[in-house]
Amino acid sequence: MTPHKAFHLKTYLVILVMVLAGPLGNVLLGKGMKHIGEFAVWPPSALIHAGLRIFTTGSIWLGIASLITFFVAYMLALSWADYSFVQPASSLAYGVVALLGYWILGEQVSPLRWAGIAVICLGVFVVGRTAPRTTGHGATGHETAGQETGEARLA
Amino acid sequence: MKNIIIFALIVIAGTGGELCVSRAMKVIGEARSFHPRDIADHIFRALRVPWMWLGVGMMATAFFALLGALSVFNVSFVVPVTALSYVAGAFGGVAFLGERVNRQRWLGVLLVAIGVTLVCLSSR
Repeated sequence: MTPHKAFHLKTYLVILVMVLAGPLGNVLLGKGMKHIGEFAVWPPSALIHAGLRIFTTGSIWLGIASLITFFVAYMLALSWADYSFVQPASSLAYGVVALLGYWILGEQVSPLRWAGIAVICLGVFVVGRTAPRTTGHGATGHETAGQETGEARLA
Repeated sequence: MKNIIIFALIVIAGTGGELCVSRAMKVIGEARSFHPRDIADHIFRALRVPWMWLGVGMMATAFFALLGALSVFNVSFVVPVTALSYVAGAFGGVAFLGERVNRQRWLGVLLVAIGVTLVCLSSR
């Protein structure tokens, strides 16, 4: 395998982990919270009771572990690939979360909801295809708020 | 009403938390070395910036609001609605970080808003 191919394979593999682990984490949190059911946050004793129930539920911890896996994969991908490549790819996660909700939790997803999710994926994709940095390099935003950047001129 | 508060907390506290963390990280500057000792040093410096603590507190609030929403609603409804954070993030970036948002990014934000509206309509 050429180094070029290996680089691409590595990037796609890490993005695959991101797109699966993030939604899986949310679905596992959903499974745990559905099991617990609606809870009261007042008085404080009720909140503590709810907190204890949440953090003694196995699928909540599995969900948190899955979200941490997502976060590590996201950071790894961003450490070598462009943000404007990684972020649009991650827009797929909104579709995957609905698919996993349907398969794992048996949620009913209406055609209107699928349409909405598709539009969200497209919107997130479009947001990500823009340059990730619009403020000056190494400066805080306030100092450069009036500065013309190449991207702003293009727009 | 309660549901609107929960979703507003997820989106506003989540995005507000990210904006605070972003601001804190810009105060301490770019990480140039990935040696474990330098990373630890970078994290310790970040923890001395009050914006960091405010950001972490807001993100924790958003996480518990997410758990609250998931106890009532389906995952396939909650997660797409949280995409509203792209809308909040664009406005927050302009207002608090002085970022410039170009026309294409506003178009993406508009699409996200339309998609979330469709998802909300599907829950009726």
